[in-house]
Amino acid sequence: MRRIISVLMENEAGALARVTGLFAQRGYNIESLSVAPTDDQTLSRLTLTTIGEDRVIEQITKQLNKLVEVVKVIDLTEGNHIEREIMMIKVRATGATREEVKRTADIFRGQIIDVTPSTYTIQLTGTGDKLTAFIEAISIATIMEVVRSGVSGIARGEKTLAL
Amino acid sequence: MTANTPEMLSGGEMLIRAIAEHGTEYVYGYPGGAVLHIYDAIHKQDKVKHVLVRHEQAATHMADAYARATGKAGVVLVTSGPGATNAVTGIATAFMDSIPMVVITGQVMSHLIGEDAFQETDMMGISRPIVKHNMSVRRAEDIPMAVARAFYIAESGRPGPVVVDIPKDMTAPNEKFPYVFPKDVSMRSYNPVQKGHTGQIKKAAKALLAARRPIIYAGGGVISDHASEELTKLARTLGCPVTNTLMGLGAFPGTDKQFVGMLGMHGSYEANQTMHNADVILAVGARFDDRVTNNVKKFCPNATIVHIDIDPASISKTVSAHIPIVGPCKSVLTEMIEIVEKSASKIDQEALALWWKQIDEWRQKHGGRYRKDDSEKLKPQQVIEAAWRQTKGDAFVTSDVGQHQMFAAQYYKFNKPNRWINSGGLGTMGFGLPAAMGVKLNFPEEEVICVTGEGSIQMNIQELSTCSQYGLGVKILNLNNGYLGMVKQWQDMNYESRYSQSYMDSLPDFIALAEAYGHIGIRITKPEELEEKLAEAFSYKDRLVFIDVLVEPKEHVYPMQVPMGAMNDMFLSKTERT
Ligand SMILES: Cc1ncc(C[n+]2csc(CCOP(=O)(O)OP(=O)(O)O)c2C)c(N)n1
Ligand SMILES: [Mg+2]
Repeated sequence: MRRIISVLMENEAGALARVTGLFAQRGYNIESLSVAPTDDQTLSRLTLTTIGEDRVIEQITKQLNKLVEVVKVIDLTEGNHIEREIMMIKVRATGATREEVKRTADIFRGQIIDVTPSTYTIQLTGTGDKLTAFIEAISIATIMEVVRSGVSGIARGEKTLAL
Repeated sequence: MTANTPEMLSGGEMLIRAIAEHGTEYVYGYPGGAVLHIYDAIHKQDKVKHVLVRHEQAATHMADAYARATGKAGVVLVTSGPGATNAVTGIATAFMDSIPMVVITGQVMSHLIGEDAFQETDMMGISRPIVKHNMSVRRAEDIPMAVARAFYIAESGRPGPVVVDIPKDMTAPNEKFPYVFPKDVSMRSYNPVQKGHTGQIKKAAKALLAARRPIIYAGGGVISDHASEELTKLARTLGCPVTNTLMGLGAFPGTDKQFVGMLGMHGSYEANQTMHNADVILAVGARFDDRVTNNVKKFCPNATIVHIDIDPASISKTVSAHIPIVGPCKSVLTEMIEIVEKSASKIDQEALALWWKQIDEWRQKHGGRYRKDDSEKLKPQQVIEAAWRQTKGDAFVTSDVGQHQMFAAQYYKFNKPNRWINSGGLGTMGFGLPAAMGVKLNFPEEEVICVTGEGSIQMNIQELSTCSQYGLGVKILNLNNGYLGMVKQWQDMNYESRYSQSYMDSLPDFIALAEAYGHIGIRITKPEELEEKLAEAFSYKDRLVFIDVLVEPKEHVYPMQVPMGAMNDMFLSKTERT
């Protein structure tokens, strides 16, 4: 099952390497990963998505918790949560497809953020699934480049991952 | 100097001062370019003594063995590059067995890092997967805190090695800083559990009291948490059998009637049978390692498993626990004893008597036996038994890795914790001699035996020189079978005795070698001379004696679990299996 795991950790050199090293060493897979400092500059928030059986996920969260620089870990998928990812996609947009690309972007509430006579660069935000669906839909045109930020997530309601 | 004006010290001086202030007497190490400032700081003081090894790996094993014998972190100091990489095997050895250790590695000057400078290696990167934590010092004034935290992290929770990487410029003698040893080392991101969950402990006690066929399976965690007294008390209160892992030997008295021996791959017949047939297993500070469980799918099918461990990640990692308890062994066991003693319900004595009857039958059938009559030569097992008798079972025994290690584990009955010192998790050949040295240096009055093989001893034989320098009177018991015996055993069993590279050709004359280093060498070749010559060896109190015992090369270690089988699927000799 796909899981979104959120990690609050010290914003220190090497902390990220410890997290990714752990995954590599223990043979867990990382589907996506995003990390940046929080409002408190001494802390970083890392979100990663992974796929695994419950037993493996349990080990992953326990092993993450063991890392000395990790403050807290939660599996967001265990409760109600919101997931977002941002994507920028550059497509060849000439002739008849130019209009078609724009219409498809509109349907997905994408924004065209850069234009040349022969290309469009579209920005899209949403769940990972939505971004993937958009890539499929836009395949009417030639896709030149795709950049995805990786998923980030937050729990709904009162629940927080903070100090 | 008044109390409130701190002394001004260089980074190198602060490092040594902080190590001394933690209460460390010895640092084991080897100098080199990146740590010369530190070595100069060592030279100028007398609180911390430095032990010069002949290879950095030996420094790590010495520190590690000190930690295994005392529970306190051993300290290692090595230079950057090759000094640090030579320490890697020792760091990994300590990591696999959860041994507290602080390893100071020199690093090239800060401004050279990343430039492939002379003797630069990324020790942070190299050590990351084999340490509990590592840190790189970026400001000299952080050194006291780095040292204090390194000790704190290494020794608390589930212990482990911590590497502190220090660029040379951080220790420069002319840059002085106000030195204060930090009192508070607390960290918001690191809070090891102090106590188990009382509800879970009650549940566990209830399961144990309702058991008809209980067993306690105790591992290295009991030793590292100094909980063997509590373990023994609980076992006596319950009257149940106890088995120890390779790492846990001595946690429960080895000569006690309730002790059924070591379990696992080379565990005793009765220990593996008792485990397999148990209805409740209390695992304490043990981690259901693959060398214990054999095939996890067939592991103890009828047992309710209670698992106490300080590390939540050890619980339900390979075998699911029905009643998990995260907490330090000592405090959890103390609480459990209290609950068991106060409980109105008692363990069913009739069921327990039947259980013991069954266990005694297993003992009768195959308990700890080897044949003495099928060879003219000395049997390695009998050598261990003789050493046990002559040292009254009270020596510190370190070992290398191979058949001799298993024979020592099976036949030297440890009645006290912290006396059996071996590389269980990593299985590091070359561990034995430096480990014995680390123990002897810190316990000069105690008998320290290194049980080894002619293969293993040659992996750190250069340390005979260190032993001369520091007068370390360890007794090296070399069970010389002329083969990489454990490899040969597997080749006998799985490769139709094709001895690919398992024969130790051109062995040195160990007696002459020991003498060359200024030690005593004694060779034992016949069963008749065993007792007398061993006694002679032990009579040289303060001398290192290299006892080269020529033993039967054909001997195998039994029992041996059948690969992919259950706990109780065992080969019992070359011709019998369960
Ligand atoms: C550093 C290292 N290399 C290789 C091995 C694999 N290995 C395990 S036991 C063994 C043979 C040990 O031979 P010896 O020390 O003579 O002991 P014996 O088994 O003969 O008692 C080997 C090569 C190891 N454990 N450690
Ligand atoms: Mg051998």
